[in-house]
Parts: sequence; C-alpha cells; structure tokens
Amino acid sequence: MEGIYAFCVGLMTACGIFLTLRGRTFSVVVGLTLLSYAVNLFLFASGRLKLDGAAVLGMSEEYGDPLPQALVLTAIVIGFAMTAFAVILAMRARADLGNDHVDGRIPQTKEQARQKSGGQR
Amino acid sequence: MNTLLCIPLLVLLGTLVPLCSTRYSRTACAFLTAALPAIALFLILQLAPSVLDGQRFQTSLAWVPSLGLNLAFRLDGLTLLFSILILGIGLLVILYARYYLSHNDNIGKFFCYLILFMFAMLGVVMSDNLIQIWVFWELTSISSFLLISFWSGKSEARKGARMALTITGAGGLFLLAGLLLLGNVVGSFDLQTVLDSGDLIRAHSAYPIITVLILIGAFTKSAQFPFHFWLPNAMAAPTPVSAYLHSATMVKAGIFLMARFYPSLAGTDLWFLLVSMTGLATFLLGGYLALFQHDLKGLLANSTISHLGLITLLLGMGSDLALVAAIFHIINHATFKASLFMAAGIIDHESGSRDMRQLNGLWKYMPYTATLAMVASSAMAGVPLLNGFLSKEMFFNETLHQDSLGSLSWMVPVMATLGGVLSVAYSTRFVHDVFFNGEPINLPKTPHEPPRYMRVPVEILVALCLLVGIFPSWIVGDLLHSASFAALNASVPEYSLAIWHGFNIPLLMSAIALVGGLLVYYNRQHLFKFQAQFPSNDPKVLFERAIQQLVAKATWFIGFFENGSLQRYMYFLFMFTIVVSAYPLLDLDTTAGRRPEIPLDALSITGAVLLSIASLATVVWHRRRMVALLTLSVVGLIVTLAFARFSAPDLALTQLSVEVVTIILLMLALFFLPQKTPKESSPRRVVRDLGISAMIGGVVGTVIYALMTRPLETISTFFTENSKTGGGGTNVVNVILVDFRGFDTLGEITVLGIAALGIFKLIARMRLYMPSSNEQGRPWSTDRHPLMLSVVSQSLLPLALLVSAYIFLRGHNMPGGGFIAGLITSVAIIQQYVAHGVDWIKDRLKLDYQIMIGSGIGIAALTGLGSWFFGRPFLTSWFDYFYLPVIGKFELASAMLFDLGVYLTVVGATMLILANLGQLTTSERAVFEEEA
Repeated sequence: MEGIYAFCVGLMTACGIFLTLRGRTFSVVVGLTLLSYAVNLFLFASGRLKLDGAAVLGMSEEYGDPLPQALVLTAIVIGFAMTAFAVILAMRARADLGNDHVDGRIPQTKEQARQKSGGQR
Repeated sequence: MNTLLCIPLLVLLGTLVPLCSTRYSRTACAFLTAALPAIALFLILQLAPSVLDGQRFQTSLAWVPSLGLNLAFRLDGLTLLFSILILGIGLLVILYARYYLSHNDNIGKFFCYLILFMFAMLGVVMSDNLIQIWVFWELTSISSFLLISFWSGKSEARKGARMALTITGAGGLFLLAGLLLLGNVVGSFDLQTVLDSGDLIRAHSAYPIITVLILIGAFTKSAQFPFHFWLPNAMAAPTPVSAYLHSATMVKAGIFLMARFYPSLAGTDLWFLLVSMTGLATFLLGGYLALFQHDLKGLLANSTISHLGLITLLLGMGSDLALVAAIFHIINHATFKASLFMAAGIIDHESGSRDMRQLNGLWKYMPYTATLAMVASSAMAGVPLLNGFLSKEMFFNETLHQDSLGSLSWMVPVMATLGGVLSVAYSTRFVHDVFFNGEPINLPKTPHEPPRYMRVPVEILVALCLLVGIFPSWIVGDLLHSASFAALNASVPEYSLAIWHGFNIPLLMSAIALVGGLLVYYNRQHLFKFQAQFPSNDPKVLFERAIQQLVAKATWFIGFFENGSLQRYMYFLFMFTIVVSAYPLLDLDTTAGRRPEIPLDALSITGAVLLSIASLATVVWHRRRMVALLTLSVVGLIVTLAFARFSAPDLALTQLSVEVVTIILLMLALFFLPQKTPKESSPRRVVRDLGISAMIGGVVGTVIYALMTRPLETISTFFTENSKTGGGGTNVVNVILVDFRGFDTLGEITVLGIAALGIFKLIARMRLYMPSSNEQGRPWSTDRHPLMLSVVSQSLLPLALLVSAYIFLRGHNMPGGGFIAGLITSVAIIQQYVAHGVDWIKDRLKLDYQIMIGSGIGIAALTGLGSWFFGRPFLTSWFDYFYLPVIGKFELASAMLFDLGVYLTVVGATMLILANLGQLTTSERAVFEEEA
C-alpha cells in the first residue's frame, strides 16, 4: 500500500511541477493546486498510513496520528486561500497587462526575433 | 538611577532639544541645545577626582544575556580624557556653529545631528562591551554621514559624505568581524575581561586575523594610509563639523580603539610592523600632501592625517612611554587643530574664500583672529612654549629609543625629523600665505573681524595650547597619567613633562625641523613646479568610478538571475531543490525501512489508477483548460477518498468542501480567461521540464516511501491521552486545532482573513474582458438562472445550514468543527448565488463579509484573552458539563467559542472571495455593453 501511495504522491508532484513551469497563468494555478494536493498527502503520510483508526476516542482500538491531520486540515484551507490569491492575481494581471503570460509579456520566439531584427536591417 | 548611565542618556535626550527649540531664536536654540551636554560634562567632572585617583566606574544592564550582550558603560582614565574632549569641544562647537551657520540653514536639524554624533562618540568611548562599542562605532559613521552631507544641495557634499560612509562603514564591518572573533577567543564580550587576557589572545592562533581586522577598522576611521583619501573629501562639511569630527573626535575613534585594545593586542612584531609602519607612511604622506593644498581646509585635513599618522606610529612602537606620548599628543592635537579649523572657518566666513592663492595679507583686516591662528599653527609646528612642542619632543625621543627594525632602526628618527620638517613647512604656509604675503586677490567680501562670541571658542582652545605648553604637568599631568594608566591596564612608567630637558638629540631634531621647514617653505615655488608635473589623481573621481563599476557589475549579475521571467526563477528553484534534496538521499542505504507495509487491496489499486490517469490527463490536456479543470477535480475527489480511507475523516470532509469551492472559483476565473492555452513551449523546453518534474517527483516519492516504511516515534500520544481530560473533546484532531495548538489556528485564520482582504482589493477596480460567447462562438444562455435550480437550491438551503450547524456542534467530539462547518455554509450560500444571481442575494442576505472576518478573528482572539482574566496563559481552555431537562447532559467549552471565530472567518473569507468575483459577471456586464 505504501508503495502505490508514494508513487501517487510522486506522480502528482511531477505533474504539478511540470504545469507550474508552463508559461500561462492558468496552467500555473492548476499546477499549484495539484502540487498542494501532493504536499498535503505528503505531510499527512508523515504520521504513517493506518486503516480504520480515526482519531476519535472510543471509536477504534488504535488511532492514527492526529497531529499531521490537524496540520494538514489548516493546510488545506490555507492552500485554498493561496490558490484563490494566485488565480485572482492572474486575472488582475490579464486585466492590467492584456495577456495571461506569467512574465506579463509574451516572449518572442527565436524566429520572431530574427524576423524583427532582419526587418530593422 | 546611577550617574554613569545618566551621562549618555542625557546626551541622547539632547538630540530632541534642538528640534523642539528651533522655533525660538538661534541663540536660544544653541543655549538650550548646549544645556544637556553641559550637565553631562558636569556629571563627568564630578566623578573625575575619583577617576584621577585611579578608580574605575562600571555599570551594566542585562540586554541579551544569553548572547553575552549587556548595556554596559565604564568610566576610567582613558574614557574620562575622551569624554572631556568630546563634550568640552562639542560645547565650544555649538557656540561656534551658532554664528557660523547662516539664516538659511536649518540650525535645529544641524544641532540634532551634532548631538546625535556626540552621543555616538560618547558611546564608543564609554562602552564596556565589545558589541556595544561596535554599535556606537557604526552610529558615528551614520551621524557623520548626515553631518557631512548637511548642505545636501552641493554635489561635493553628497559625494564626500558617501565616500566617508563607504570607507568607514566598510571598516566597521571588518571591526565587527574582529570583535566577534576576539570575544570568541576570550569567551566573553566584557571589555575588562578582554583587556585582562592579553597573553591568552596573543598566544592564540587567531591573533593575526583579529589584529588585522580590528586594525582595518581603526585605520579606516582614523584616515590612515591607504584609506586616508576620504578625510580631505569630507571637508565639504560645514566647518564646525570639520572642527569637531575631523580633528578632535571621530577621526580619533580609531586611535582610541588602538589605545583601548593596547593591552590585549599590542606588543608583538605583527602589531609593530602594521601599526607603526602604517603610521609612519601616513605621517609623511599627509605632511607632503598638506604642503601642496591651496584650499585652507584641505591643508588642515591633510595635516590632520599626518598627525593621526604620528599618533599611530607612537601606538605601534610598543613601548609604554610611547603610549603616554601618543595620548599626550591626542590632547594637544585636538586643541590646536580644532582651533585652527575654527579660525579657517572664520576666515572663510568673513572673506568668502578658502583659496590660499586669493587669501593674502589678512593681518591688516583681522589682526586678532590672525594672532590666535598664528599661536595655534605654531603649536602645530612644534614651537617651544606651546603644547605641540612637548608631545613632539616626546615623539622624537621615542623614535630614538626603538630598535624593532634591527639595523634599519636609525631610519625611524630620520623619517620622523623629515615629517617634522614638513609639518613646520605647511604650518608656515598657513600663517604666511593667509595673513601676510601681499594683498588679497579678488575676494568676494572685504574681510573683517568676526562677531565677538564666534572668537570665544578659538580663544579658549588657544589659551589651552599656551597653558599646556607652559605649565604642562599642572594642567594635564593628572589626566594624562590616569588615561595612560587606563590604556596600559598596568602601572605607568616614569616620565617628565618639563619644558626643558637640557641640550639633547630630540631638541636637535626639533631645531632641524624648524630650520628645515622654513627652508622648504622659502623654496616652495620650486616644489610647486615639481609637483605640477604629476598628473592629478583626484581620489574622488577614482572612487566614484570604482563605485560605478561595482554598481554596473552588480546590475549585470542581478540581471542574469533576475530577468523578470517566472519560468526562469522556477527553473533555478527546482534545479536547486533537486541538488539539495537528492544529495542526502545518496547516504540512505535502503529505500524501504523495517516497518511492515499494509497489504494492497483492489479498492486502493483502483483509486491509485484513477488518480494517476486523472493527474496525467490534467497535464496532457492542460491546454484545453475546461477539460483540465474537470480532470483536476477528479484528482481532488480521489485525494478526499484517500483521506477517508486512511483514517482521517476530518480531512476528507475539509478536502471535499474545499474541492467544491476551489473548482467553482477556478471555473469563475476561467470565464474571464482564455479558454485555451497556445502551444508555445519548444520541444527542448518540454523535455527539460519533463526531466525536472520527473526528478523531483522521484525524489519526493522516494522520501515519502522511505518515511512511511520506517517506524514512527510520535508525540501525539500526549494529545490522545489528554484530549478528553484536558480538552473536553473526543475528536483529537479538533481538540488539537482549537485547544492544544489554538495559537497556530489563530494565526492561520488571520492569514486566511488577510488573503481574502488582499483578493478583495485585487478584485476591486479590475477591468475585465467579458466574453459574450464560448470558444466555439455559441452565445451564453440567456436563461441565467434556471427555474429548477432556483427552486431546488432554495429548499436545500435550510437543510445545508442545518447540516453545517450539526457538523459545527459535534466537532469537538466527532469529525467536524469550525473549518468544515464554515466551508459547508459557504457552499450553501454560493449555491444560492449561482442559482439566483448576486442582485437577488443582495436584497435578501445582508452580510458584510469583511466585518464577518474581523469579528471571527476578534472572537477567537478575545476567547484567548479571556483566560487572562482567570490568571491563566493566553488561550487556556475551559469546559464543563451541564444538565438541562428534556435535552439532557451537555457540554460547554470555551473552545467552542474559539471554533465559532474560526467558523465566521472561514465563511467570511470564502464568501468575500467568491461573491466579489461572481459579482463581476453580472454587475459589470451592463457597463461593458454600454461602453461597447
């Protein structure tokens, strides 16, 4: 079980990072969301995996570790605030700058640059 | 309160006085400013008799005791001498500045800076702690920067101030490094401990580094070669500043430092070579440069450099008598040089020029000032019956009695005599060029005597030159003795302060210097011609060029890393992450640990496969944004299920409700953003990014696998055991949130509130492009609020609110709580927005979400504060059980009130974000149509 859990966390991390490296704000926001899922699962797993052990007294024999759960609970809510902030920032950037590239301007490709300099010559 | 602490404190208070009294007349302002330093001086003089008897006063207050930092002051002989110089000359300078500054100058600001400097300087000499010395040391640099740039309209004032700050500030950093090392070697930052452990320090392997670092600090401050060039450029300061900082006090700080640490650091060959050779070079160079200056203050500045070199040379010789001579010369130099600067200021003030090629024959116009200046320059030249003569004799005598250069030792007295010759030559030039030598040429004003009281400070200082010169032991004998005693930290050798020691070699050297100096001055035209052949290297230009090159290099360097491209930063960040996180993994022998794994089951495998497919689909289809959003929500749902599966019901509930809110938010955002992402990454970039993400994913997966398969030593047993008895709840996760770690939660809801407010501000005044159709060109449905949805959602609302109340109330004992209940409430309200539109809601639901956030955080904080009323620490919780008929036994806990605060903040923050964003789709649409 731990093996496929680790695989899933690793895969989500990789997917999230690939998307945060893209050039458009929406992809970055989606990437950040994926990355925060992965991070939450990572933090949660630091208390080790446990089946049928909800940390409610009297409900089970052995309890899972409640501390990472408490930390992750707030992390999920803060993560939402962060995603919201990032996406609104992206919208504001598009509204003010007229494009949705992460750098605020669409970079020239090499051909465009060559054409431009050729035209100037 | 003890007197010793009062002295610097009074002066510090004194910085405020000129700012308050600047509205009165300039005279009143000057007198009020002088009052507090005068009291401080009086207090010091009251303690003086005991200090002269060899007593040492010390006081200290704990500041950061764990770091060895104390607020500690001391008053011993050396401190006494310097304090009297600082406060005494400071008072004279205040009087002088009252007349020197014009009506256009802001005299309050000037005095404020001046007193600030006085405080800093007093702090340096009175500090009894190494770090504290450094703090005041840097404060002198900063306050002198303010003073030099006082006439900030002048370019040379700004440049000179910047140069002085750069050089002395950089030296200060070296000093800090040296002092930290020194404190580390000794094991204490207490000054007296350091002074008493000289043998330990000198034997330590770090001694050379410490010495070099501390000496760089001292040399930069005292304008020693090769750092001497900042001092002449600092002459752009108003002359009272030059008289105070650049002759009597600040440039002496470096000298003071060397004298202070003399018992700890001196007495080795390294000390001798570094200090005395630097001093000798500075002594000669300063004298030489002074001779060729045409600017009156430039001459004085370079002669100051020369005299500072002389003192440094004495300190470097390592004999106790040389130290006595050095301290004596500190006193003498301060008196004659301050008076000379003031005289130069008077000449400048009353004739409008400082150029010695214009200033000639002023004797006729200001004979009284001329007499004073002539006495002071004679003291500078070392003419008998004046104080400069006595210390110069002692200096010559000491140069004869050292042998550290082996067979080359004879060179030192010869060079010293040469320095004496130069010193006589430039002193003669100062007197002869300015007061005689024909008639003034093209002066802007007709020179005349200054106001009566402007001369008083000069008179006092010149009188001191004479009195010390004629009755040396009577005037300064005790002070010199106790200062030497304190500097040596041991008994003082025998010396005589008599004027006449009979015919001896030092007297011969003095005579040679006098005659030689006059000869040099007589032949000055040849020397000037010779000097004119050199290309002029203005250090100011060179320095500015060096600084500009530095700035250009730094700009290039920063531009390389910080070119404004987020993708580039992310690339650097992730590459760095790989390097830092992968390297320690190399040391881990096996990936799997000893902890047994949970066996796999079909359900989990299905979940994992779905999760993997959905994650990959999000990446593959990320350019079709709507599809990516849908697959993303699949990932979120499976993460929710994973939490539920692995015994975290609270997390599952939270994740589920956050998921709903997040997806609604992203869909709303997508409405305003392009529906598709263009294909623009080059194949090479895609491969590179795939490589990076695969590497990090691999590392993260490995770390979490290695972590999960190793046994856990948890601290959570404490929480589980005390949850019911201490926190009154059986849901441990919730009790941790609202009770054990309540302070963290308070911080977190505050962050949430701040984020929501930030978003609110970002949304306000946002001008958006409003699409009227989807990407295929199909117009949006005109039926914005379908009837079915409206009806169903309306009937769902009370149910949803009931569920949320239930979840909230049971949260302490069963999965639930403020966070989850808040999110459920938000989802319920959002549903109403979706179904009915913003305007419909606005009429019916009058909630101000900002106030909701504020009151939520307020309630949580007040609940925490409430425990103070019962004498408990912040956020101590309380609970008890009550019995009501019909309802039965129930529990009341203060944690529930705290959870209510959490609930309100979460609802407020979520709604503030979504309602405001949603509003844009309706309220502003009309506006856009009008504009179109």
